[in-house]
Amino acid sequence: MLNIKRIPISALIGLFVTLLFVLAAIFTPWIAPYQNTEIVGDVWAPASAAHWLGTDNLGRDLLTRLLYGARITLFIAFLATALSFTLGASLGFSAAVIGGWFDELLSRFIDLFMSIPTLIFALVVLSVLPATTLTLILVMGILDSTRVFRISRAVAVDINVMDFVEAAKLRGEGRLWIIFREILPNALSPLVAELGLRFIFAILFLSALSFLGLGVQPPESDWGGMVKDNKDGIVFGIPAALLPAAAISVLAISVNLVADWILNRTTDLKGGRGNG
Amino acid sequence: MARQAKNAPDRGSDTLLDIRNLRIEATAYPPGEAPRNLVIVDDVSVKLERGKVLGLIGESGAGKSTIGLSSMGYGRGGVRITGGEVFLNGRDILKGGERGLRKLRGREVCYVAQSAAAAFNPAHRLMRQVVEASLKHGVSSRAEAEKRAIALFREVSLPDPEHIGERYPHQVSGGQLQRVMTAMALCSKPDLIVFDEPTTALDVTTQIDVLAAIKKAIRDTGVAALYITHDLAVVAQVADDIMVLRHGKKVEKGDTHQIIKEPRQEYTNALVSVHSIPHEEQKPAADPILSVKNVTAAYGGGDVKVLKDVSVDIYPGQTLAVVGESGSGKSTLARAITGLLPPMAGSVEFSGRTLPPRLANRTRNDLRELQMIYQMADVAMNPRQTVGTIIGRPIEFYFGKRGRDRDRMVAELLDKIEMGTGFADRYPAELSGGQKQRVCIARALAAKPSLIICDEVTSALDPLVANGILKLLLNLQKEENVAYLFITHDLATVKSIADSIAVMYRGSVVRYGSKSEVLQPPFDAYTDLLLSSVPEMELGWLEKAMAGRRMEAAGN
Repeated sequence: MLNIKRIPISALIGLFVTLLFVLAAIFTPWIAPYQNTEIVGDVWAPASAAHWLGTDNLGRDLLTRLLYGARITLFIAFLATALSFTLGASLGFSAAVIGGWFDELLSRFIDLFMSIPTLIFALVVLSVLPATTLTLILVMGILDSTRVFRISRAVAVDINVMDFVEAAKLRGEGRLWIIFREILPNALSPLVAELGLRFIFAILFLSALSFLGLGVQPPESDWGGMVKDNKDGIVFGIPAALLPAAAISVLAISVNLVADWILNRTTDLKGGRGNG
Repeated sequence: MARQAKNAPDRGSDTLLDIRNLRIEATAYPPGEAPRNLVIVDDVSVKLERGKVLGLIGESGAGKSTIGLSSMGYGRGGVRITGGEVFLNGRDILKGGERGLRKLRGREVCYVAQSAAAAFNPAHRLMRQVVEASLKHGVSSRAEAEKRAIALFREVSLPDPEHIGERYPHQVSGGQLQRVMTAMALCSKPDLIVFDEPTTALDVTTQIDVLAAIKKAIRDTGVAALYITHDLAVVAQVADDIMVLRHGKKVEKGDTHQIIKEPRQEYTNALVSVHSIPHEEQKPAADPILSVKNVTAAYGGGDVKVLKDVSVDIYPGQTLAVVGESGSGKSTLARAITGLLPPMAGSVEFSGRTLPPRLANRTRNDLRELQMIYQMADVAMNPRQTVGTIIGRPIEFYFGKRGRDRDRMVAELLDKIEMGTGFADRYPAELSGGQKQRVCIARALAAKPSLIICDEVTSALDPLVANGILKLLLNLQKEENVAYLFITHDLATVKSIADSIAVMYRGSVVRYGSKSEVLQPPFDAYTDLLLSSVPEMELGWLEKAMAGRRMEAAGN
C-alpha cells in the first residue's frame, strides 16, 4: 500500500530523525558511554574525546544525560499521549453518537476544564500530588485529553450523520459497533495526524514542567530539566543548556514533518488529486 | 491583445468558437499503484456559429463538462489540455497565456454552473456578484451594469426584478438562483455562455421554468451557448445542434431534429429511445403489509409540520410510488416509517401489528423486515469496508451466520445483483455508480425483508444505468416477493415500476390510488403540473407545456 518513493523528502527526513531518537531512547543503556548519574569530570568541561559534548553543571557526561533524557522524555510523552487519545477519543465518539444530554453534559464539562490554563492547572495539581512519573503521566494525559475530545467529537459528529451510519442504526447495531466499526476507521486519518502534534505538545509540556521543577525529579532528568540545570552556564558562554533545547526542537520539527505528510495523505483520500 | 485582434481575419465572420482536435489528459493517483495518465477528451472538434446553441450530451465521464470549460481555457481539478487548438473570435486562446485568459473569462465567455447554490458567494448580495464581471472588465459603469442586470432579471422572469438583487443567495429558491446565475452570465454581454447542467439539480416543475427562462434569454440577447446535459429531452428544447459524446470521443453530431428523430449511431439510439419498462399493474391484495395511518410528523418539536395526516397502504410484493417535488415530505415519510422520526400523531402498522414509533423500541425482527436503499450510494456505504463486509454484515447480524456460510450467501447475493464474486474484496471507491447502488440493493436484500424503502435510488445515476437498476429491482420483486416504497420525483420511473401511486404536495397526499387511476385524467392542478413538467423528446414541447400550465411551481 505504501510506496517509499511516493513519500515526500521532508517526511522521509522527519521519519528518519524520529526513528533515530526512538532507537537511541530504547538502546540508551547499551550505547551511553557512562552511567546516567555518574560524575566523570569537571563542571562544564568543554567537548573532548572522552566527553563528546562536554559535561554538565555537576560534571556528568552530557551525551549520556541527553540519551537518558531522551529515554525518559519520550517514555512519559508517549504514555501521556496514549492516555489522552484513548480517553479523549472514546469520550468524544460516545458524545457524538449518543448525543443529547450526555453530549451536552460532557462537552460543557470539558469546556470548563479547558477554560483553566493547562500549565497553571498542572502546576497546582502537581504541587499537591506526590511527584512520581505515574502522576505526571496521568495529569498530562487527562489534561490533554480535553483537546482530543474536541477534535474526535467534531470528526465523529460529521461521520455520524452519513447515510452509512444511519443504515447501521436502522439495522439495529449497538453503539459499540457504530463507534468502532463505522466511525473509527473513517476518523482514523485525522486522528493520527493529530496524534503527531499532540505528542510534540506533550514533550514541550513535560519540558516546561520539568524546567519549572515540577516534572521529572532529580537525579533523573528529562530534557526540560537539563535546560534548567544548565541554564546558568549560558551567562558564561557554556552551551550545555542549548543542547537539550536543540534536541527538543529537532524532535518537534521531525515529528511535525511526519504529521504534516499524514494530514496531506488524509486530504488525498477524500478525493483530492494528489497534491503531495 | 489589440495586435492579436487586428491579425485575426475572421473575427467578423460567423464562426465564434472553433475547437480543433482537442485532447485533454489528467493524471490519476490510484491508491497503491503508480500514477496513471488518463485521456479524458480524445480528438474532439467543435464548431459553433454566433448566436447558435450547441448541446453537448453524454453520460457522466463522457468529457462534456471538460470540453465546455476548455472553451474558456480552463482545466478543472488538474486536467491538462495537451493537444489541439481552441479558437474563439478567431484567435487561439490557449496561446494567449494567463493574462489573455483572464481578459477572456467573464467578458467573452461566461459560465453557468450546475449548483448555483454552491457557485454564489453566500457573503455577498446577488447584485454585487452579478455585475462584478462587467465592472472588472470595464464593460460598463456600476449604474449601467445594475440597470442591465435588472433588465436581465426581468428577462429571466424573476419575481420583483428591481429588488431581488438586494438579497443574499440563501434568500432565494434554487430555481431562482439558477436564473440569477444566467442573468449574471449575460450581464457582461459575452459572446458565448457555457451552461453546465443548469437544470439537473432542480425539480421537474422548477426545471421547466428555468429552461424557459434560459431559452428566452438566449433568443433575445443573441448569445451563443454550449449547453451541457445528460438529458436529451432537455437539450432538445434549447439546442440548434447536438453533439453526442461517449468516453471522451465524439459519437455523433447533427441538428436537433436529426439526433432525436433519426439517430445514426446505435449509442445515440439507445439514449434517444424511451426506456419504458413493461410493468403489469397488480391489483391490491386483501391485507396491506404496511399501512401508514393518519401520520403527522414535524421537525423542531412540532413547529414545522412536514407531514400532515398522511395515510397510505403498501401490499405484499407490490410497489407504492411516492412522488412530489423536493420539500413535499416524501423522505420524511420514509423517516417516519423507519422510526428515525417518530410521528406526532398517527401510527404505522406492519403486517397487522402496530410498530413502536421510535427506532430504539423496535425488535430486531421489525428492523430486519424493513430495509432501506438510499439515493447516494456513495455515502450509504462505509468507505472503509469491503463489499463482502457490507453485504455480509446483515447476514451475520440477523441470522448469526459466520465464516463460510456467510461467504456463500454473500456470493449468492452478488450473483442476484448481477455482479461476480470477485467484487467481494473491493472497496466502494473501486466501484462505478451503478455497481454501488447494486451493492446497496444486495445489502437490503441480505436481511430478507418484506418491504424495502427506495429513496430516490436512481436519480443520481445516468439514464441507461438507472434503467438497469429499475429492471433489477423489478426482477428481485418477482423472485423475493418484496414490497417497495419507491420515493421519486421522476414520473417516468413511476410509470415503469409502480402498482399504486401517492402524489405528495407540501406534506399532504393530494392524489392516491392505483397507477391507472392516478394517471387517468381528470387531474387535480398539482398532478397536472407534475405530469406536464416532465420533458418529452419533442421539438417545441417546452412552449406547449408552458402554455398549458394551470398553476405555478412551488419553487417560483
